[in-house]
Amino acid sequence: MITQKFEYTAPKSLDEALHLLASGAKPLAGGMSLIPMMKLRLAAPEHLVDLRALKDLNYIREAGGQLHIGATASHYEVESSALLRQKCPLLTETAAAIGDVQVRNMGTIGGSVAHADPAADYPAALQALEAKFVLKGAKSERTVSAAEFFVDTFTTALEPGEILREVIVPIDDARTGTSYQKMAQPASGFAIVGVAARVRVNAGKVSFVRIGVTGLSNRAYRATAAEKALEGKTPSPADIQAAAALVAQGVDANSDLHASSDYRRHLAVVHTVRALKTALSRIA
Amino acid sequence: MATTTVKTETFVGKRIRRREDPRLITGTATYVEDIQMPGMHYAVIVRSPHAAARIRSINTKQAEAAPGVVSIFTGKDTKGVGAVPCGVVMPDLRVPQHTILATDRVYFVGHPVAVVVARDRYLARDAADLIEVDYEALPAVADPEKALAKGAPAVHPQWPDNVAFTYHQDGGNVDKAFAEADVVVKQRITSQRLVPMAMETRGVVAEWRGADRQLNLYTSTQIPHLVRTLVAGMLGLEENRMRVIAPEVGGGFGSKLNVYAEEALMGYVSMKIQKPVKWIESRRENFTCTIHGRGHVDYYEVAAKRDGTILGIKLKLIQDVGAYHQLLTPLIPQLSVLMMPGIYNTQNIRADIVGVFTNCVPTDAYRGAGRPEATHGIERMVDLLAAELKMDPAEIRFKNFVTKDNFPYATATGLTYDSGDYAAPLKKALDLVGYVKLRQEQADARKQGKYMGIGISTYGEICAIGPSPATPAGGWESATVKIEPSGKVTIMTGTCPHGQGEETTFAQIAADELGVGLDDILVIRGDTAVVQYGIGTFGSRATAVGGTALYYALQDLKAKVKKFGAMLLESEDVSLVGGQVIDNKSGKSKSFQEIAGAAYRALKLPPNTEPGLMATRFWEPPNFTFPFGAHIVVTDIDGETGQIKIRRYVAVDDCGNILNPLIVDGQVHGGVAQGLGQALWEQAVYDDNGQLITGELMDYAVPRAHLMPWIESHHTCTPSPVNPLGVKGVGEAGTIGCSPAVVNSVVDALSPLGVRHIDMPLTPEKIWKILAAKN
Repeated sequence: MITQKFEYTAPKSLDEALHLLASGAKPLAGGMSLIPMMKLRLAAPEHLVDLRALKDLNYIREAGGQLHIGATASHYEVESSALLRQKCPLLTETAAAIGDVQVRNMGTIGGSVAHADPAADYPAALQALEAKFVLKGAKSERTVSAAEFFVDTFTTALEPGEILREVIVPIDDARTGTSYQKMAQPASGFAIVGVAARVRVNAGKVSFVRIGVTGLSNRAYRATAAEKALEGKTPSPADIQAAAALVAQGVDANSDLHASSDYRRHLAVVHTVRALKTALSRIA
Repeated sequence: MATTTVKTETFVGKRIRRREDPRLITGTATYVEDIQMPGMHYAVIVRSPHAAARIRSINTKQAEAAPGVVSIFTGKDTKGVGAVPCGVVMPDLRVPQHTILATDRVYFVGHPVAVVVARDRYLARDAADLIEVDYEALPAVADPEKALAKGAPAVHPQWPDNVAFTYHQDGGNVDKAFAEADVVVKQRITSQRLVPMAMETRGVVAEWRGADRQLNLYTSTQIPHLVRTLVAGMLGLEENRMRVIAPEVGGGFGSKLNVYAEEALMGYVSMKIQKPVKWIESRRENFTCTIHGRGHVDYYEVAAKRDGTILGIKLKLIQDVGAYHQLLTPLIPQLSVLMMPGIYNTQNIRADIVGVFTNCVPTDAYRGAGRPEATHGIERMVDLLAAELKMDPAEIRFKNFVTKDNFPYATATGLTYDSGDYAAPLKKALDLVGYVKLRQEQADARKQGKYMGIGISTYGEICAIGPSPATPAGGWESATVKIEPSGKVTIMTGTCPHGQGEETTFAQIAADELGVGLDDILVIRGDTAVVQYGIGTFGSRATAVGGTALYYALQDLKAKVKKFGAMLLESEDVSLVGGQVIDNKSGKSKSFQEIAGAAYRALKLPPNTEPGLMATRFWEPPNFTFPFGAHIVVTDIDGETGQIKIRRYVAVDDCGNILNPLIVDGQVHGGVAQGLGQALWEQAVYDDNGQLITGELMDYAVPRAHLMPWIESHHTCTPSPVNPLGVKGVGEAGTIGCSPAVVNSVVDALSPLGVRHIDMPLTPEKIWKILAAKN
C-alpha cells in the first residue's frame, strides 16, 4: 500500500493549476478514489495538483436563480448546507447517503463527479436535476449538461487539461418533491442501485418528472421512458409501478460479486417506486 | 517519596473504565509501526500472484541495482531456516514442508517469494516491482469439496487426493440411536471463510545485536513466549538469546495466535544485514497472507424421538485447510467436534473430519475457533428438528438441555461441563424479548404477507483453554506479583492482553486482594525478557487461567506480608484488611508501605523468611470452563429487496462471575458484531483460479458501526467451580451465540414459504432469490 513516487503541488491560483494540468499533471481533490488506486499501484500519476488548495473553488451559493456549488465543496459541506437543504434538498439527501463520515469529510462533489464511478451517488441526483457542469481549461470555459457530461465508466466530457470548476443546479418551486433511494453495498458504501426522483404535480397530475439512476450500468442516466410514462398521470400506485417498470429498459445492467444484473434491474424498479412515492409525499 | 493509597473500597464487579484506553484513543500507544531505531532498514515482500505455479527463475539483478536497496533474499538463501511450525501432532497428519520463502513452487496467492531490503520503505517497494519471477502457472483448486473430487488438481503433488488429515470420533451408540429414531433430519451447513481483520495488521521489527549475540523481535502477537521458543528454533538461535516483545497489539481475534514466516524472515534478514529491519503488513497482505477463519462444509444428521428428544448426532466435517498447516490449523475442527452436542443431553455422537488442502491461505483460529461452526451447526439442526416436529424452538431446547442437577456433566465427546443452568438464560431472554407476544405479532404479520422472524440460539462453549494435556503447547498460565519497596505493586502476566482489558481487571483483582488503589498497580505483559514464561491470550483464557495464577500469587504474597506485619506488630494473630495488617487482639495496625519498606530494608526478618516481596505462580487448570447463554434475534425482512433488518437483539450470557461488567459488555458487543459479520455480510471468496476476489475493504464487508443493531446485553451468573474467581470467560461468546440466532430468525421469517435452511452470509440477493422463486 505504498504509492509510486509523485510530485505534489498545492497551487496558489486556478491559473497555476490549469497550467500544470495542461502540462500533464493530474488533479487531486478529496483523494477518496485516486489515493487508494495509487496505493494499490493501479494508478501512478507523476504529478498531482491539489485542487483543495484553491479556496475559491469551495463555495455553495445562490446566483441568478440557480445554485452554484464549487468543485471542492465536500460531501459534508453539501449535506449540511442550510441553503441546499432549503432549495435543493435532493442534493443534501444524496450527499448524506455517500460512504461514511470519513469519506464525506474528505470527498468532494467535483472529485466524485469527475471520477464518474458508475456506482457513485451524486450522478443520479445530478441527472435528475439536469445539472450543468462548468468545465474550465487553460484558455476557455464551457458549460455542459448532465446528459453530455456522463459519458461512460470513469469517463466524462472533461478534456485533458480541463477541470470541473462548478456544478449548477436549479431551484425548484414548492410543488416539486424529490427523493434519493439507494441500496448501499455494505463494504464500499457505493450504490448497488440508487435512484433519484424529482416530481412536480399540477392540478393533481404529474406535470414534470425526472428520474436519475446510478449503479445499474456503465454510467448514471436519466430514465426517460419511465419519465414519459408517468407524465400527465394522476399518479396512482399502479401508474407509478408501470412507470418504474420501464426504468431499466434497454440498459445493459452490471453484474458482480455484490449483485447480479437481474437483481440490480429488480432493485432499480423497487427503488424507483420508492423514490417516486417519497418524492410525491414531500410535495408541500 | 511515593506512598501507597490504602483503599477500603473494592473494585471487583464494578464498571471500572479501562485503564489502557486513554493511550489507545489518543493515538499515543506504541505499536510495532511506531518503533524507530537508528539504522533501521525496511523490508517489502514479493508475493505470488498465482495460486499454483512452478517458479522457473527469479531475476533480482535490476532490483539489486535500484536506489537504496541493500539486500534481496529468495528461497535459496533461506533454505537453512526451519519450517513454519504446525503445533499439532496427530496420526495421519500430512504436513507439507512450509519454508519461509517459496523455493520451487508457490501454493497460494500471496505466497512469499522474495524479500527486498532497503534504506527506505518506498525504495524497497519500488525495487520489489523490479524483481522478475518467471512462473509456470499450474491448475489450482480453491474449493474444498472440489479439491476432494476425483481428478482435482493436487495442491501438493505428493498427495493427489488433497487430504491433509482425517479424524474420527465416536461416542455412545450412534447406530442404535438412529435405528430407534422416529425422525432423522439432515442438512448441509456451510461456515464460510472469514478474514479476521485485526485493525492493526501484522508487523515485525527485528533487531540483531551482533556484539551481544541477541535478537530482539518486536511482533504484533498474542503469544510472545511461544513465538520466542519457535522462532529461535527456526533460526537456530539459543532461546535465551532471543527476546520477543509484543508492544501494543491492535487486535488479534486469533489471527496473531500463530507463528508466521515473516517473523523468522525478519530475524534472518536482521542477522544477515546486521541492522534493524522493519516489515509492516499491508492491508492487502493481511487479506491474502494472514490466516483466515472458518471454512467448513458440514453434513449433519440428527436423530430424535417424536416428542423432540434428541437421540444422536452425526457430523461429516470438511475443513478447508488452505495450502499449509499454520500453528493450530488441524486442531480447530477438532474443537468443533468437541462442541458438537452443544448443551443438549445426548450421549450418541459420531464425527468424521476430513481436512482438505486448497490453493488458499491457511485457515486457523478466528474468534471462537471451531465453536462458532459447531454452535451454528447444532443450533440450526435443533431448529430444523423443531420445524420437522412442528414444535416451538424454545420448547425443544428446554426439553433437551442438560439439566442443572446434572453437573459436572460428562459429554459424549469426552468433555466435562463444569457448571450450568441452561434453562435460566433462555427463560430470561424469552421474557426480555416478550416471546409469547412476539409470536402473536408474527402470526398477525404473516396474515398481512409480512416476513417477521424470531430466532433463538442457546449456545455453550469451551473457554479457559485449557488443561495442558488438552493443548498442543501447555494450557497453564503464569503470574508474578511484586510489591516494590515503596509499596507500589507490579504484576507480570504470562498472558498477552491486546484489547481484552486485563490491565484493568488484573489490577482490580490485585487491588481487592491487597487493599490498595488501582493506580498503585502496574500490569506488565508481552516482553519475554521481563515476564516469566507464559502461554498467551486466546481461547477466552486470560482471566480464567492467567487471572487465577495471579490470584494464587497474591495469596502467597499476602501470607508473606502478614508474616512481616506480625513481626512488626509483635503478634501471632494478625489479618490483612484494607491494605493494613491488623493485630486481631490489640487492634494495632501496620500500613502496607511500612511493611513493604521493612521487607526490603531487612533489618529484621520473620523466622524462615527471605527479604523482598515477590511471588510467582504457574497455575495448571484442572478443566476448561463452559460458559453458555441464549441469544434471541427478531428480524423483519423487506419482501421487495430481501434486506434484513434486526429489530431486537437480546443476549443473555452466563460467563460465571463478572469482574468488570463494562468490559464484559464490550466483549459481548464486539463478539456479536463479528457474529453478525459472518451471518450477514462477510465472505472471503476465492474464484476457481484461487484469486481472492474479496481482497479489499471495498469488497469485503466488515461490520461497521452504522450497521449495528442495539444489543440488549443481559446475564445470568453460574460461577465456575474450576477456579477460585468463579469466572468462565467471555471473549468469544458473542460470536458463538450470534450467527445461528440470526439465521434461525431469517429462516423462521421465511418458513411459511417452505424455507428450511440458508447458508451464510444472508445477503439481500440470496433472500430476494428465495422470495422470487417461492412467490
